[in-house]
Amino acid sequence: MATTSLEPTTGSGVSVREFTEEEQYYVASQWQLMWRKFRRHRLGYASGVLLLLGYFFAITYDFWIPYDFTDRHDKLSSPPTRIHVIDANGTWQMPFVLGTQSVVDPQSFKRTFVEDPELVHPIGLFTQGAPYKFWGLFDWDRHFFGVEGTTIHLFGTDDLGRDVFSRTLSAARISLSIGLVGVILSFVLGVIIGGISGYFGGTVDLLIQRFIEFVISVPTIPLWMSLSAAVPITWSPLQTYFAITIVLSVVGWAGLARVVRGKILELRENDYVMAARVAGAGNMRVLFDHLVPGFMSYLIVHLTLQVPSMILAETTLSFLRLGIRAPAVSWGTLMQDAQNVSVIAVFPWLMIPGLFVIIAVFLFNFLGDGLRDAADPYR
Amino acid sequence: MTEEQAPVAAPESGALTDEDVILELNDVRTYFELDEGTLKAVDGVSFAVRRNETLGIVGESGCGKSVTGQSILRIVPKPGDTQGNIWLRRNGETVDLASLHPSGREIRDVRGRDIAMIFQEPMTAFSPVHSVGNQIMEAILVHEDVSKQAARERAIEVLSQVGIPEAERRVDALPHELSGGMRQRAMIAMALVLRPKLLIADEPTTALDVTIQAQILRLMQDLQKEMGMSIMFITHNLGVIANMADQMIVMYLGRVVEQGSVETIFGEPQHPYTQALMESIPRIGLTRGERLSSIAGTVPVPLNPPEECGFSSRCPKFIPGRCDAKVPDMIESSPGHHVRCVLYE
Amino acid sequence: MRAYLVRRFLFMVVGWWLLSVVVFIVIQLPPGDFLTNYIAGQEQAGTFLEREEIESLKLYYGLDRTPIEQYFYWAGRFVVGDLGRSFGSWRSAEQPVTKILAEVLPFTVILSTLALIFTFAVAIPIGIYSATHQYRPGDYFFTAVGFIGLAVPNFMLALLLMYMLFKYFDITAGGLFSPEYALADWSVEKVIDMLQHLVVPVVVLGTAGTASTMRVMRGVLLDELGKQYVITARARGVSERKLLFKYPVRLALNPIVSSTAYILPGIFGGNAIVAIVLSLPMTGPVLLTALRAQDMFLAGSIVMVEGALVIFGTFLSDILLALVDPRIRQERAVAA
Repeated sequence: MATTSLEPTTGSGVSVREFTEEEQYYVASQWQLMWRKFRRHRLGYASGVLLLLGYFFAITYDFWIPYDFTDRHDKLSSPPTRIHVIDANGTWQMPFVLGTQSVVDPQSFKRTFVEDPELVHPIGLFTQGAPYKFWGLFDWDRHFFGVEGTTIHLFGTDDLGRDVFSRTLSAARISLSIGLVGVILSFVLGVIIGGISGYFGGTVDLLIQRFIEFVISVPTIPLWMSLSAAVPITWSPLQTYFAITIVLSVVGWAGLARVVRGKILELRENDYVMAARVAGAGNMRVLFDHLVPGFMSYLIVHLTLQVPSMILAETTLSFLRLGIRAPAVSWGTLMQDAQNVSVIAVFPWLMIPGLFVIIAVFLFNFLGDGLRDAADPYR
Repeated sequence: MTEEQAPVAAPESGALTDEDVILELNDVRTYFELDEGTLKAVDGVSFAVRRNETLGIVGESGCGKSVTGQSILRIVPKPGDTQGNIWLRRNGETVDLASLHPSGREIRDVRGRDIAMIFQEPMTAFSPVHSVGNQIMEAILVHEDVSKQAARERAIEVLSQVGIPEAERRVDALPHELSGGMRQRAMIAMALVLRPKLLIADEPTTALDVTIQAQILRLMQDLQKEMGMSIMFITHNLGVIANMADQMIVMYLGRVVEQGSVETIFGEPQHPYTQALMESIPRIGLTRGERLSSIAGTVPVPLNPPEECGFSSRCPKFIPGRCDAKVPDMIESSPGHHVRCVLYE
Repeated sequence: MRAYLVRRFLFMVVGWWLLSVVVFIVIQLPPGDFLTNYIAGQEQAGTFLEREEIESLKLYYGLDRTPIEQYFYWAGRFVVGDLGRSFGSWRSAEQPVTKILAEVLPFTVILSTLALIFTFAVAIPIGIYSATHQYRPGDYFFTAVGFIGLAVPNFMLALLLMYMLFKYFDITAGGLFSPEYALADWSVEKVIDMLQHLVVPVVVLGTAGTASTMRVMRGVLLDELGKQYVITARARGVSERKLLFKYPVRLALNPIVSSTAYILPGIFGGNAIVAIVLSLPMTGPVLLTALRAQDMFLAGSIVMVEGALVIFGTFLSDILLALVDPRIRQERAVAA
C-alpha cells in the first residue's frame, strides 16, 4: 500500500525571499526567543528589574544610608522616626522630622519618645555625614539624606541605639550576595558531578546517583548548623562569609547535579550528539560544547530558583548565631534581636529586616518563574 | 425535532430525514479563544455518515480533521467550544450532540456506547498503572449494569476477537507489557466492546510499522463486517483512504474543500488542493528523474483567518479578486461530488 | 517486589553508614579534640578533673588512636546504643546522651509526623482543586498562599504567628504544656493540652512542605489530565470525577510519595528552628546549645539519630511507592 505523508514539506521551487515576521521567529536564536518571551512575562520582568535595583543599592549602600551601621545613637530602641510634611500651623512644608524627648512612664517603666513640635529639622539631601570609603576607592562623606540637629531613623533603632535602616541596607550586601555566591559554587559542583554522572552512565552514574540521594535525604538544617558551628571563632568576617557559603553549597549542589544528569541523559541520545561524536569530538568536548549549551537556559532557571533557598538558609543560620558574626551584618543577624515574642510585641520594627528577606525571596521566585516560562520552548 | 431547520449547506440529506444516515454534522464550528485571537480549528463543517459506510477524512496536520472527530464526542480540549448541529440517530430519536453539556450524563451515555473512538498513540492511550482488562471492563461497567465477573468475561472475549492470543492472561497485563500492535488491538477491543454504531478512528495506524498497519486495517474491516458499524477514518494517508473508505472528505484549514465517493475524487479531483495532494503520491510509471511534486509553503495557522479561500496563499490557480473576496460556497459540481472552489461556480 | 525492597533496604543501610561517617567528621571538625575543649571548659567553670579521670576518658574515646580507629570505636558503641556522654551543655548536667534523647526525641518524632500528615492532608486536596480550577480565582489564591509559604522563613513564620496570637487573641504560644500540666503525670487532659500547643508548630513546620507539595500535585495533575489515556477514558463515557480520581490522582500519588524523601528532611530540619523559637523540649534547642558549647557527642548523636530516622522514613516511602505503583511491584520501573 502506498504510504504518502502529507506532513508539511517545503517546496523545492520556492524562491528565496525576505523573512516575514513569523519566519523571523523561527530563525531567532534561543536566547533572543527567551528574552522576547521573558519581556512579556510582566511579573517576572518587573521582579528582575527590582532585583537589579536591589543589588545596585546593596553595592552602593554607603551612600544611601544616613549613618554607619555600627554607630550608636542616644535613642535606644526608638520606634521609626515620623516624617512630617505639615507643620504646627497646618501648612505644607518640605519633609521634616521633629526632635524628640525620651519619657519614662513612672508606673510601667516603659520608655516612649515624645515629639516636640518646636524642634523642626528639615530632611536634607546630599548631607554631610560620617565619612566612608566608597567602594574602598575614595573617601567621601556625603549621604543621600540626613538631618542636622537630631537623628533620623526610618526603621527605628535597636537596643544599642543603632539605626535599623542603615543596618538593614548594609546587611543587604551580605544577604543578597551570599545567595549568588553559594549558587555559583553549587553550580560548579553540580554541573561537574551531574555531568559526569549523566554522560558516562553505568556504574559511575549509579554510584553518584545513590550518593546524591543520600545527600538529599540528610536533614539539611542540623547539618548546616553543625558545620557552621565548626567555623572557628577566630576567623575574620570575610573568612566566615566564605565558610558559610561553602557550608550552604555542600548541600545545594545535589539537587542541581540531579537536574543536570537528567537533562544530559535526555540529550545525549539526540542525533546532534551522535553527529558530534562521529565527527570525532572527544568526551569532554561533547559534554561542554554540545550538551551544556543544550540546557543552559534550563540551568539558569533552576539556579534562579535556588538563590532564595540559600538566602533563607543564611538568614536562619545567622538568626541562630551560627552564621555571619558581628561586626558583619546580614538580615539574619539583625533578626537575632527579635528572638522571642515579648521583644517583638514591644519593638515590632525589629522585624523589618525579615520583611526584606521575604521580599527578596519573592522576587527571586517570580523572576525564576518568568524565566522558566520563557525558557520552555513549548509555551 | 429538527425537521424544520433543515441545513442549507448539508449536501444530500436534511436533519436525518434519510433513514440510512446515522450521524450528521451541520455547520459545525469549533473555535478556541486564545490570548492571541480566535483559532478556528473547525469552521463550518457539514457532512453525513451512513450506516455501515466508511467515511474517510483526509488533510494535512492542522487542517482540523482530528478536532472534527473530537467535536462529535464533545471531548475537545479547553478552551475549545463547539457550535452548530451534530445530529445522532439514537433509539429511534434524533439527539443534537452539540447542544449537550460536554461533561453531562447524556453525552457520556453516547460515548463508548453509540460512538467509540480510537486514537493514534497506542502507547499513551492506556493508563500505565491499570491493567488493560481493567480499562476495557470500565467501558462496560460505566454503561451497563453487569457484574465485574461478567464484564471481565466480555473483556476476554473481545480481546480474543481482536486477535490477541491468550486473552485470559493478557487481560491482566499492564499496557507496557504489550507490543505496539497488541496495544492498538487492545484499544480497538476497548472501543468495540459495546458494539457502537460508529467508530471514529483518528490516525489509528500512523504510529505503527507498515506490516502491522496492514494487519490492523484488515482487522478493522473484518470487525466492521462482523458487527455492522460505520467508521469515520481520519488520516493524512491517502493510500489508507483509498483502501478503506467508501466516501471521503478533504479538509483544509478547518473547512471541507471537497467531498464525494472515493472513486470520484481519486478519478477526478477538482479542488486545486486535492489535485496537489494526488500529485504528491508516489506512483508507478513516474518517469525516472521526474520529481514528486510537493505543495509549496505550509498550512497557515487558522488564527483570525481572513474571509477568503484558505488555500489561496498556496494555490497555483489563484485568481486575484475572486479567491480572496470571500469564502467560496460548496457547490455540487456533479451528482454526489461537492467542491468549494470558485473555478466551478 | 522483593528484590526492589531488598535494594531499598540495602540503600538505607549504606545511607546510615555514610551518615555516620559525615557525623563523625562533624564531631572531629572543631579545632582541637573535644576532650581538651571539655577540660578547658570545666576549668573555666572551676572544676578541675583528676588525672585518672582524664586518662579513663581518653581510653574510652580512643583518643590515643588514629582517627579511623576512633571512628570504629565510636560507631561500634553507637550500634549497641551507647551514644557517649554529654559534657553538660544541656541543663548543665553531665549525663549520657541517650538520657537526653529519650527525653526530647519522642516529642520531635510526634511533631514531625503530625507535620507530615498536615502537609499531605492540606496539600493534596488543594492541589486537586487548583488543577481542576486552573487560572480561576481559587487557583490564584492558593498559588499566592503557596508562594508566601515558601518565601517566609520558618522561624519568622513562627514569630509572626506567635505575635499575632499574642496581640489579637492574647494567647501565649510556645512551650509544649500549660504550666499546670508541665509536671503532671500523663492523662487524657495532658495529651489534649499538648496537641493544642502543637498546632502552631505543626502549621509552621508543615507550611513549606505544603506549598511545594501543592505545586507538585497541581503540576502533575495538569500534566496527566491532558494525557491521551484520560482522553481515551473520557471518550468511553467515564465521568469527569472518576476520570480525575481513578487515573491522574492515582498517578500523581507516585511523585507525591517520592517527594516525602525531600519533605521529611525539611520537616526535621525546620523542627530544630521552630523548637528553638517556640521553646519546645525537642532536639532543636538541645542541638543548638550543644553546638554552641561544642558538646560534640551530643550534637553529633542528634544529627545522626535524626538523619537515620529520615533515611528510615525514606525507606518507608519507598515501600509505599511500591504499593501504589504496580510498575515498581513488577520491577520494570526504570531506576528512580
